[in-house]
Amino acid sequence: MNIIKATLLSAFIALAAPAAMAAGEKGETIANIDFSFDGPFGTYDVNQLQRGLQVYTEVCSACHGLKFVPLRTLGDEGGPMLPEDQVIEYSTQWEVFDQEIDDFRDATPVDHFPESNMETAPDLSLMAKKRKAFSGPYGLGINQLLYGFGGAEYIAALLQGYTGEEKFQAGVTLYENKYLEGGWLSMGPPLDDGWIEYADGSSNSLEAMSEDVAAFLMWTAEPKMGSRKQAGFAGVLFLTLLSVLLYLTNKRLWASVKKKD
Amino acid sequence: MSGIPHDHYEPKTKGEKWINSRLPIVGLMYDTLMLPTPKNLNWMWIWGIVLTFCLALQIVTGIVLAMHYNPSVDGAFASIEHIMRNVNGGDMLRYLHMNGASLFFIAVYAHIFRGLYYGSYKAPREITWIIGMIIYLLMMATAFMGYVLPWGQMSFWGATVITGLFGAIPFIGEALQTLLLGGPAVDNATLNRFFSLHYLLPFVTAGLVILHIWAFHTTGNNNPTGVDVRRTSKEEAEKDTLPFWPYFVIKDLFALAVILVLFFAVVGFMPNYLGHPDNYIEANALVTPAHIVPEWYFLPFYAILRAFTPDVWIVMFADFISGGIIKADFFGVVAMFAAIAVMAAAPWLDTSRVRSGRYRPMFKWWFGLLVVDFFVLMWVGAMPAEEPYNTIALIAATYWFVYFLVILPLLGVIEKPMAPPETIEDDFNAHYAPKVGGTTTIVNPAE
Repeated sequence: MNIIKATLLSAFIALAAPAAMAAGEKGETIANIDFSFDGPFGTYDVNQLQRGLQVYTEVCSACHGLKFVPLRTLGDEGGPMLPEDQVIEYSTQWEVFDQEIDDFRDATPVDHFPESNMETAPDLSLMAKKRKAFSGPYGLGINQLLYGFGGAEYIAALLQGYTGEEKFQAGVTLYENKYLEGGWLSMGPPLDDGWIEYADGSSNSLEAMSEDVAAFLMWTAEPKMGSRKQAGFAGVLFLTLLSVLLYLTNKRLWASVKKKD
Repeated sequence: MSGIPHDHYEPKTKGEKWINSRLPIVGLMYDTLMLPTPKNLNWMWIWGIVLTFCLALQIVTGIVLAMHYNPSVDGAFASIEHIMRNVNGGDMLRYLHMNGASLFFIAVYAHIFRGLYYGSYKAPREITWIIGMIIYLLMMATAFMGYVLPWGQMSFWGATVITGLFGAIPFIGEALQTLLLGGPAVDNATLNRFFSLHYLLPFVTAGLVILHIWAFHTTGNNNPTGVDVRRTSKEEAEKDTLPFWPYFVIKDLFALAVILVLFFAVVGFMPNYLGHPDNYIEANALVTPAHIVPEWYFLPFYAILRAFTPDVWIVMFADFISGGIIKADFFGVVAMFAAIAVMAAAPWLDTSRVRSGRYRPMFKWWFGLLVVDFFVLMWVGAMPAEEPYNTIALIAATYWFVYFLVILPLLGVIEKPMAPPETIEDDFNAHYAPKVGGTTTIVNPAE
């Protein structure tokens, strides 16, 4: 049965090969952060998402947008889970362009977050899935199963990765960041210790706030992660059971053919 | 149906007779399901069921996704996010469809290499093999066009690079590329025709799958020994075979269930593992990604495409004798399609009279090297086009051609194969020896 073993091994390598290609990404290595949503059973921490929403609202939203995220999903289970009245109240602070009245009006929960204010500020809806930080071990990327995709770690690292160096080039100021490919970006350090006051009194160090907003942006990128993992778990469980039953059926079925007196 | 002698459907009741004399569909289904199947098939014969499942999975999930998808450059990316966020179960559907493509290709490669090892392509199964190769080509076309639909950066730039290949064909290339794209560049027209064809081709594939099955149901399955089923009488045939239902249906379903456990683990816990993060950035014609890579299942042939750089002597030679018509670009395109063409020609390139690789001592080693070669090509296809990868790609691409064009024809002449068992029954009995003292001894005579 050598060919079967060879095939199984091959299939494993085939799965691993594409991840290996990402191993060559530049920039400083990004360390894993022990997020609550890592691993097959990980879920979002509601309090952390709410703090991250606050960081986004008070800081990021000055330039960046979340155009793919409907405001009503802030009340969804598996998300920040704001109560309905808070979702409505939160929505009204944004203005959206309404084609029917051909003018701007206050947003309601059925609208999306606004788009980016600046051309150079990318939309953040999918930021946590645009970057892959993890590709180990040996470039196989299997550790994603335990550590997650790495996008949230990338965001948290980037926010803390400013070296303090600046340079003026082609009319814009660039800031050095050790986690960015290329090293320089046009966004200045957006956060620092104590810039935000959390209502629940949580730590407002740069590290804590970076992680909070990174977790929030992981949710905006993958809002259905919780139900997806549940469905995956149910699928694995029931298919395992089905496999066992089919194994026993198959064994019994072939027993009379394989055994001879 | 012709083929191995076996019991056929006999309508018994009045109603059955009434239907059967008008449309013998029950008989057709019965004969298909009760097909005598060699009883020594091993676990490499399960991929057919996995592939059938994949085709059904892709069609079913794809039809639902198409209900919510918007094939326009302004709306495509947003409609995917709409599916991921607003459609009930939409994220699961999309991840199943996305990863279903990968499962499909894992299964098809296993299926193809099984055929190559056990000589399933040899007479009288050439037509089955050729139809299979056409299905494989259609799968690649479908997968490629499907990858363009989310309209991410890799979608856009992958489409630009791959359709650019057709532009490299002398004389007609430019016109052909324009026809493919519906304009001078990848744009709305491209997206629309790719969506249309992405929806059409799976049904063409399904039709070919029926022909594929019909063809091997006529010749009978190959088996690990490559020895034919005895067909002189029904009694003799029954010593070599068992009906497909229930023996192989249950066995295949068991294998499928095990594979689906792994599949659901990937879909549920790491659905973006096989994808490229750049495809979550909306397509932008003004920003080229640092590193354009196709999906993993294209990498071996992508490596062959890139292996023939202008400084390779055979490329320079082709350029010289064609008076400059055959440039490196075009040579690469030809090499990529030729890599699949030589595989399709295997029935006529393999001169050995022994079908199964199990009884071919030299072939085994060369075949093993081909499998290694395939993975080397896959790995090198994901690497940047620079040294040492270019040289590795060239060596690996060369071996691919040498295997089919030189080794297969020569081995049949110089190799001294071992004697396969007389009958399938002998092989089966050798594996499952008569019961001694309550325990079953299992021996592996040929390996």
